[in-house]
Amino acid sequence: MTPPDDLGTGKRPGRAPGTRRLIEHRLFWPAAVLAALLAGNVLFTHDFLAVRVQNGHLYGSLIDILQFGAPLILVSLGMTLVIATRGIDLSVGSTVAIAGALACEHIATAKDPGSLSTVLSAVALAVGVAAAIGLLNGFLVARLGVQPIVATLVLMVAGRGVAQLITDGQIISVSSSAYKMIGGGYWLTLPFAVLLAAALVAVTSLVTRRTALGLLIESVGGNPVASRLVGIRAAGLLVMVYVVSAVCAAVAGLMISSNVSSADGNNAGLWIELDAILAVVIGGTALTGGRFSLGGTVLGALIIQTLSTTIYTLGVPPETTLVFKALVVIVVCLVQSPAFRARLSRRRRTAAPDPASAAGDLTARRQEVHP
Amino acid sequence: MSTILTKPLHRLSARHASRLPLMVTATLLVAMFSIGSVQYEGFFSAQVLLNVLIDNGFLLVVAIGMTFVVLTGGIDLSVGSMVALSTMLTAWLVEQNGLPLALAVPVVLLVGAGGGALMGWVIHAFEIQPFIVTLAGMFLARGLCYMISTESISVTDPTTTRIAQTRVLLPGGLFVSPAVVIALVVLVLAFVVLHHTRFGRTVYALGGNESSARLMGLPVGRTKVVVYAVSGLCSALGGLLLTFYMLSGYALHAVGMELDAIAAAVIGGTLLTGGSGFVLGTALGVTVLGLIQTVISFQGTLSSWWTRIVIGGLLFVFILLQRLFGSSRQAE
Amino acid sequence: MAAPPTPTPTRTDRPVLEAQGIRKVFPGVLALDGVDLRLFPGEVHALMGENGAGKSTLIKVLTGVHPPDAGTVSVDGSPQGFAEPLEAQHAGISTVYQEVNLCPNLSVAENILIGREPRRLGLVHWSALHERAARLIAELELDLDVRLPLSAHSLAVQQLVAIVRAVDVKAKVLILDEPTSSLDRDEVAQLFTLVRRLRDRGAAILFVTHFLDQVFDLCDRVTVLRNGRLEGEYRIDELTPVTLVHRMVGSELRILDELAETSHTGPTAGPGSGGTPFLSARGLARTGAVQPYDLDIHRGEVIGLAGLLGSGRTEAARLLFGADHADGGELRIDGRRAVLRSPRAAIAHKIAFCSENRKAEGLIGELTVRENIVLALQAARGWTRPLSRTRQDEIAARWTEVLDIRPADPEAQVRNLSGGNQQKVLLARWLLTDPELLILDEPTRGIDIGAKTEIQKLVTSLAAEGTAVLFISAELEEVLRLSHRVGVLRDHRLVATLPNDTTLTPDRILGAIATGATS
Repeated sequence: MTPPDDLGTGKRPGRAPGTRRLIEHRLFWPAAVLAALLAGNVLFTHDFLAVRVQNGHLYGSLIDILQFGAPLILVSLGMTLVIATRGIDLSVGSTVAIAGALACEHIATAKDPGSLSTVLSAVALAVGVAAAIGLLNGFLVARLGVQPIVATLVLMVAGRGVAQLITDGQIISVSSSAYKMIGGGYWLTLPFAVLLAAALVAVTSLVTRRTALGLLIESVGGNPVASRLVGIRAAGLLVMVYVVSAVCAAVAGLMISSNVSSADGNNAGLWIELDAILAVVIGGTALTGGRFSLGGTVLGALIIQTLSTTIYTLGVPPETTLVFKALVVIVVCLVQSPAFRARLSRRRRTAAPDPASAAGDLTARRQEVHP
Repeated sequence: MSTILTKPLHRLSARHASRLPLMVTATLLVAMFSIGSVQYEGFFSAQVLLNVLIDNGFLLVVAIGMTFVVLTGGIDLSVGSMVALSTMLTAWLVEQNGLPLALAVPVVLLVGAGGGALMGWVIHAFEIQPFIVTLAGMFLARGLCYMISTESISVTDPTTTRIAQTRVLLPGGLFVSPAVVIALVVLVLAFVVLHHTRFGRTVYALGGNESSARLMGLPVGRTKVVVYAVSGLCSALGGLLLTFYMLSGYALHAVGMELDAIAAAVIGGTLLTGGSGFVLGTALGVTVLGLIQTVISFQGTLSSWWTRIVIGGLLFVFILLQRLFGSSRQAE
Repeated sequence: MAAPPTPTPTRTDRPVLEAQGIRKVFPGVLALDGVDLRLFPGEVHALMGENGAGKSTLIKVLTGVHPPDAGTVSVDGSPQGFAEPLEAQHAGISTVYQEVNLCPNLSVAENILIGREPRRLGLVHWSALHERAARLIAELELDLDVRLPLSAHSLAVQQLVAIVRAVDVKAKVLILDEPTSSLDRDEVAQLFTLVRRLRDRGAAILFVTHFLDQVFDLCDRVTVLRNGRLEGEYRIDELTPVTLVHRMVGSELRILDELAETSHTGPTAGPGSGGTPFLSARGLARTGAVQPYDLDIHRGEVIGLAGLLGSGRTEAARLLFGADHADGGELRIDGRRAVLRSPRAAIAHKIAFCSENRKAEGLIGELTVRENIVLALQAARGWTRPLSRTRQDEIAARWTEVLDIRPADPEAQVRNLSGGNQQKVLLARWLLTDPELLILDEPTRGIDIGAKTEIQKLVTSLAAEGTAVLFISAELEEVLRLSHRVGVLRDHRLVATLPNDTTLTPDRILGAIATGATS
């Protein structure tokens, strides 16, 4: 029993160099990647980081990244909680489309499209329906024990049809300044969407970290058997995370449709579920559940958005973003794969027994002892 | 020996239990066709059914590949993108590089099979979930399409157009396209491979219990790699058939086809947890999907998006059925 | 495998499988230390030993799962160096595990022959396959439809099919690793008929079980392991059940001086043995896990549960915690009828349960010590009533100190702690909920002597403060030292509940374990 203790107590005292502790921080790598991406952009576009004020609004590439990244941040936020419970929610893209379609349809057919009450009831309608979608997913997963990927596949397929049914296959345009506010408006010099996303991220972190919700979710995802024996009611938690995920997607859907003042049942939120999963994984939450990091997820979403913006500003066809995303997925997954790490360290050990990197060797050995 | 040995728990149901979803699907198919025939004029004809195949031959091929993967308990999200990449690659090779079709076809098939094998290897060697690996494959293939061209490339190559316009005549004035013939050949091949070769039986064993399969000394890793290669190959072939059907290569072809392929497999009675299902069921599943489209187009007043809603509804029902069936199997 | 024309159960002088001086070290644990094993053709040889004796490690060495650190494994006199299970199979060593390792979705015939199917023109020759499978089945005088899927058959039949498969791989040595744990009496009888038939044909069979009766019923010789060492090799007629249990458990009492002073060392009347017990089970049972049993536990009383591994100790305890559903009998808590549908319900009745399987059923490995400690209390409060971080830190600091959890860092990931410290974290988690009944399943297994003594002291003081404790352990000394009464389980039955007075000795408990008789 002593070896882990020795290593643990021997290494603990705060003398460890600050840089190591920084590198070991779970947000270090996502933050570093984001910083590198931004720095790379500065090389090509010198005023990339510049933010200027125009008509009392802030403008600039950074603001754009935040504004266009806001819907993805929201969807990823809900997805993080779902993934933390060992689940996955494939239906968020459809939910995005349904929410936008419902809201625009409601506003377009209302007597007074511009009024605040119309917009509020449209928002309530979209969020309410999304909650029902989340309930259905949660019911399938928690009560019937269907694998999450299968359970949410149903609505991934059917949802887009429903969205088109609502819009009658058309792109519904609305002219409502109050609605435009959600995704395209400004408040206190910042895009409202950014503030809304920030507020929801803040509320979610508060609720998960200031209550015991986060702990219980991590516990259920980390070890479902032990969680049952500790008396945690997993079913309720599971339903809750799927509802939260759907509601987040709905708000994202409202943002997207509001930004362009129209609802497109076919293309709104297309593949956003995959981007969201990617953002969560980049942010350091493992697909196998357990510990989650909302901050990491936000960074992950920003990385994806920055990647898109970068490619756009570089003049490369924007569609090639997909190739970069694919590479990111592969690298992140390989880095997280224990089998890959084992192979890598085996090769490193046999190839180069380098005395200079003694410290690195020690950490590597420690990881082998405690896989 | 005493009775407990000789009496399996549910002798009658046991042999037929795994075929139950298949029978449900077949019944559904007959019901849909009957109702369509009663409701709509001109629906009751063999050509209507054949048209379903003509319009969905490529999907059948893709869904067959998906069935292999799902039978092992995996999933392949990259098939739709792989189909698009194949249409793009074919069009690009033939139209813009002047390669004869006869040379382009093997190149495309090789790319598909190689890509699939690569994903299978990553899944096996690094123990990463198939879902995320094939997701990367999906992004990559779609992205490669755009790297070839962001525009649609139309195919005017005489060989290709001649094949596309060929009709294979059947007795009674009926006809199908060559794609249907190819798809049916693939179906028969897949059936033989899955049910009558050692590889096929290993696919089922893998889906039944992977760690058992390993302890029984079966080549688990190799089988996984080959299964994803088969899926990649089928997607590439499906892409070729789609090229004949559309006479163009386009990065936005076959968007969401992976969902249709998965839906066809599930509706055809394949368990998404692996180990149980029939490739013939997948063919029935594809026909059901096609008939839904046909009924909706005959109806006239219903819009095309009803297809997705109905498919989603069917998926829901079949997943519930699988759940009930699955839990009763556990109870045994 | 074609039957030899004249099946002669020969006992040649050369063992078909011989392991010599096997040594296996895992990080921090010496699992096997110079173990020998000889297996002759035509014998059924039992491998016996308590938990941690090294049985499963030895089997893994023999089957090529783990390479030994020292020593040799020889088959037919030639030394082998198995790198993986398949090589052991090719050398003629087949293994059938407790959990059936076959594919439930395939037919019986395929399960027997997959990987070696008869083929014609590259395709599976189905009729030949069915014929061959049916012939193998018939040769072993079994009778079942080989075309049915395996899942259509009972677990016992599946186990038999696994054996048929193993035998058909031309096995010279068949290792049966606890094949009978989930079978009922008739099914066991059938399995034994098959095993005897194989023995009579000259196969060497290594049989691992924890059922004593089965050893005496079936086996010719026994190898006993204890604490990773070879205790001895015996002919079965040299042993009685009682002497065998002695060999397995070890009869010398180890003295823990510290404890001798602080606790009741001998006769103590159970406190409050009159009056309403805190918990009272009548005819509580679960099919396949534990036969109906009666048990009363009073406040301030320590009940020990003794029995060999797999005797139903854990299963009996799980029913009291709602971890499994009882399908018979009734439970009263404080005299009132209670139905425990889930652990949550039991926790609401102030019952706590530390599972023997710390990693899989106890800890959430990637969470911190602090989070693991507060988890049960937090779960009971629900997520809306969080313990404040200050409160959590206080709790974690206090329990880290009280139980001397090391490293004394509440923010350390619990999976990096040693076994003893992990156990203390679990104890802290449940003590925090202030339980009336604490169920401890093997709380001292696999932990060092210091932590062990501390946990034993803790049990004594908890009881003194009025907590009821159900203490499950394979170590009789420990059970005797701590308990007011001792329940003895054997073959999934509670055969006796003995008051811990002067007359209760380890030998009497061993006798009850070995024979089921209480005198």
